[in-house]
Amino acid sequence: MDDTTLPAGAEPVEAHEAAGLRSNAGDEKMEADRSSTSEPVRTQVRPSTPLTGHLRQLEAEAIYVLREVAAQFERPCLLFSGGKDSIVCAHLAHKAFTPGRIPFPLLHIDTGHNFPETLAFRDELVEELGVRLVVRSVQDSIDAGRVQEEPDGDPSRNRLQTVTLLDAVAELRIDAALGGARRDEEKARAKERFFSHRDGFGQWDPKNQRPELWNLFNGRKLSNEHFRVFPISNWTELDIWQYIAEQGIDLPSLYFAHEREIVNRDGILLAVGAYVIPRPGETVRCETVRFRTIGDMTCTGAFRSSASALTDIIEEVATARITERGDRADDRRSEAAMEDRKRLGYF
Amino acid sequence: MDLLRFSTAGSVDDGKSTLIGRLLYDSKAIFEDQMEAVEQASAARGDPSVDLALLTDGLRAEREQGITIDVAYRYTATPKRKFIIADTPGHIQYTRNMVTGASTADLAIILVDARKGVLTQSKRHSFIASLLQIPHVVVAVNKMDLVEYSETRYQEIVGDYRAFAAKLNMRNVVYIPISALHGDNIVSQSQNMPWYHGATLLHHLETVNIGAGRNNVDFRLPIQYVIRANSAVDLDFRGFAGQIVSGRIGVGEEVVALPAGIRSRVAGIHRGDESCDRAAAGDGVVITLEDEIDISRGDMLVRVRNLPHSSNQIDATLCWMSEEPMKIEWSVSNNFSGQWYWLQQSTRRVRASVQELNYRINVDTMHREEAPTLRLNEIGRGQIVTTEPLFFDSYQINRATGSFILIDPHTNNTVAAGMIRDRARRVSELVQKQEEREAPSLRASRSSNVVWEPVAVTRPMREELNGHGAAVLWFTGLSGSGKSTVAKALEQRLFALGVRTFSLDGDNVRHGLNSDLGFGPEARTENIRRVAEVARLALEHGNIVLCTFISPYAEDREAARALAPEGSFWELFVKCDVEICKERDPKGLYERAERGEIPNFTGVSAPYEEPVQPEMVLETDRHSADELAQRILEALARAGIVHGGNS
Repeated sequence: MDDTTLPAGAEPVEAHEAAGLRSNAGDEKMEADRSSTSEPVRTQVRPSTPLTGHLRQLEAEAIYVLREVAAQFERPCLLFSGGKDSIVCAHLAHKAFTPGRIPFPLLHIDTGHNFPETLAFRDELVEELGVRLVVRSVQDSIDAGRVQEEPDGDPSRNRLQTVTLLDAVAELRIDAALGGARRDEEKARAKERFFSHRDGFGQWDPKNQRPELWNLFNGRKLSNEHFRVFPISNWTELDIWQYIAEQGIDLPSLYFAHEREIVNRDGILLAVGAYVIPRPGETVRCETVRFRTIGDMTCTGAFRSSASALTDIIEEVATARITERGDRADDRRSEAAMEDRKRLGYF
Repeated sequence: MDLLRFSTAGSVDDGKSTLIGRLLYDSKAIFEDQMEAVEQASAARGDPSVDLALLTDGLRAEREQGITIDVAYRYTATPKRKFIIADTPGHIQYTRNMVTGASTADLAIILVDARKGVLTQSKRHSFIASLLQIPHVVVAVNKMDLVEYSETRYQEIVGDYRAFAAKLNMRNVVYIPISALHGDNIVSQSQNMPWYHGATLLHHLETVNIGAGRNNVDFRLPIQYVIRANSAVDLDFRGFAGQIVSGRIGVGEEVVALPAGIRSRVAGIHRGDESCDRAAAGDGVVITLEDEIDISRGDMLVRVRNLPHSSNQIDATLCWMSEEPMKIEWSVSNNFSGQWYWLQQSTRRVRASVQELNYRINVDTMHREEAPTLRLNEIGRGQIVTTEPLFFDSYQINRATGSFILIDPHTNNTVAAGMIRDRARRVSELVQKQEEREAPSLRASRSSNVVWEPVAVTRPMREELNGHGAAVLWFTGLSGSGKSTVAKALEQRLFALGVRTFSLDGDNVRHGLNSDLGFGPEARTENIRRVAEVARLALEHGNIVLCTFISPYAEDREAARALAPEGSFWELFVKCDVEICKERDPKGLYERAERGEIPNFTGVSAPYEEPVQPEMVLETDRHSADELAQRILEALARAGIVHGGNS
């Protein structure tokens, strides 16, 4: 276990500085939560200029995959986390089927530890796209005794959502779950197929994947099996941001620089809120930060940034020297953390 | 910025991981935390140096065993291009993995260790690259530092490889001496090899022509999905969604839906929320038609005058990818009760049986061997019969419509990759012919029931005997621009050098071969198509072919180009102001055209589409025919097609 390893690039924070802020941090955090449920950043819907070059090809590839899923499966869904990658996927799904409606629902596995901004944004997007939203919550799985919460102070529910997800797949008889994972994110993902097979237990067998040739996707399976499908496999973080900028896609405000209360835990800057309560010895500081990825509040690290416009973010991403998941506590648990979670049916 | 997909293949210790690590590192695609993780992992294993292979070996089993199991995809970009790298292991499961990585690649890097030379494995990798028709191949002669950057050693390896590659169908091979470890000729020109004047690896990757592998001629739209909507704007919207895999299409153009064979016109083309007038290969579109036609997934929209083959019997090269050997069903009954597979081609999935295995190809020797079946990682040629007809082109001409996979109906695994050579010639041939007679609109534009006869003497063999390369020099330009004059001057020079030439002239072919054709747009296209086919035959026989045709349509010239191997078709734009052409008017044609006596006369009453990217522009109003002929000769010498020729 190497959770305590400092991510490269993270600056150490002086532990006792600004200790005075801590006493009333508890009261302020509720305030902060409410006030930060502010409107998502709405860029004016503008007629996007026709895409060129690599983005045009990546878009065409993703749309092709989305249409293959709609055609080859009976009950697909699009896993929606509220992060930029799943927002881009929803946008691509709209483009793939317009003027028709997206022919599958969005499925949100709600850990209960979401940023409030994420949920507000989700609801607006669903209304705008006219798509059906299905929510299954980790809390229900806990209440039903399907999973047990980690015992320590600020438990991570990241691992638990696998059970909720697989239960939802079984309950809704989902045969293909589309997701916004990208191969550049992590080295186990670099070897995953567009159409990734899951056995009857939802498990991935990385050593025994089907060869994927040309753009001929084999979605055949037994009735209790399912597929995870990744339309944006070949996109990089920079591609995502360039596409968002060129297409004028709205994003939750969390992605843009804003002031927020944070604590430094194991070198990761966590946003103080209902699910992240400062521990003794931790200092709450108000800083200008933004998020590079959005997961649970308990494991998504913020970083100090003043990038408040898309052009600033693209510049920042283009020159970044650490990976975006470098700020994710969930990936830092071991060298093969992602592979192990994926084998068990993680996203 | 555009996108290049390339695959890398090399044997163990060829330095493939180091090369990829170097490319990623030098283009800043490796992040600090990734590098740190690799350093830590290397240290934990007791490696004194950082093992860059750990960057690409993502699976636990791979790291534990120190081997690469599966194709890994890596991403990097320079200001000019985005790159998708399919990193394929060269030692185990090489066929399965290389074929997978190669299937989507525009370019393959084949690594050769300068100390070891061209080994069996390099040959295997090259064979697969040629089989999958990867448009570009780079032979990277690595570890030059370990042979003291010796030019002699490099030339020796290049010579060996050339001799071997002559047996393969490789389109465009470039050789680069490198040291991945020290960065020689990767990003910047090596100081250690002043004798090498070619491009560095990265420069080549950034500038190589990506369009080369694309088929821009044959419009094919396999239907993926039918979109129906009842919006306020369009009450009864019915659109056909898919990705155009080759060719191009515009609003108003006539198309035919296969298999129904019903014609209609394109009413609208949509890309997302935008409408557009035209779309081309690679675009994901939704097309609406003027008439209501029943079309569903697996059908194909094509042009009326450019049809794919249609058959339920195909002749194909198969790469077997399953532990379970190929099952051959000698007698296919009507109900397909025997051994069968799902065959997935474009958006169609039909039942299929392998009826016959003609031979297995020994990947090491390229020899054909008799074999009872194909096993894991074996390649062979077989005859396949399907329950319903497929619409296809040969893989050679169209990678998208000429490729398929076989799926085991019991395990659902993908068990084979297939490349269609042609229609099989089998029992139901006669029945097929009758169908064609009944539906003349669907008669294939190519004589599809003729198998291309393999030649005993190949073009590379003739080129070697002749002492010069073969090429098609396509002179295009207005009537009176001076095409024939320049071509004649050039042909005399070539003849004097002992070069074998073959000339095709617009006026002359219309007296014989094409005497049945007029001058309307369709007849002009057919004129050029026939001439291009003749030029190709002459090219295959080792000639430098000089073609002088007005050839006013860019699409026709592109079609002619598509018939020739990469780099051997030169479009020479004979450029001359139309007023000067009219003044010259050697045959008095402009005068007659302007009097209205000749309809469809290019430059007067019919359009001329200027070449966008010709290999050379010959301005006959500014230079003499002799000067221009000399310039072409020098360019041919620079390209290594002819030798000598300097004045």
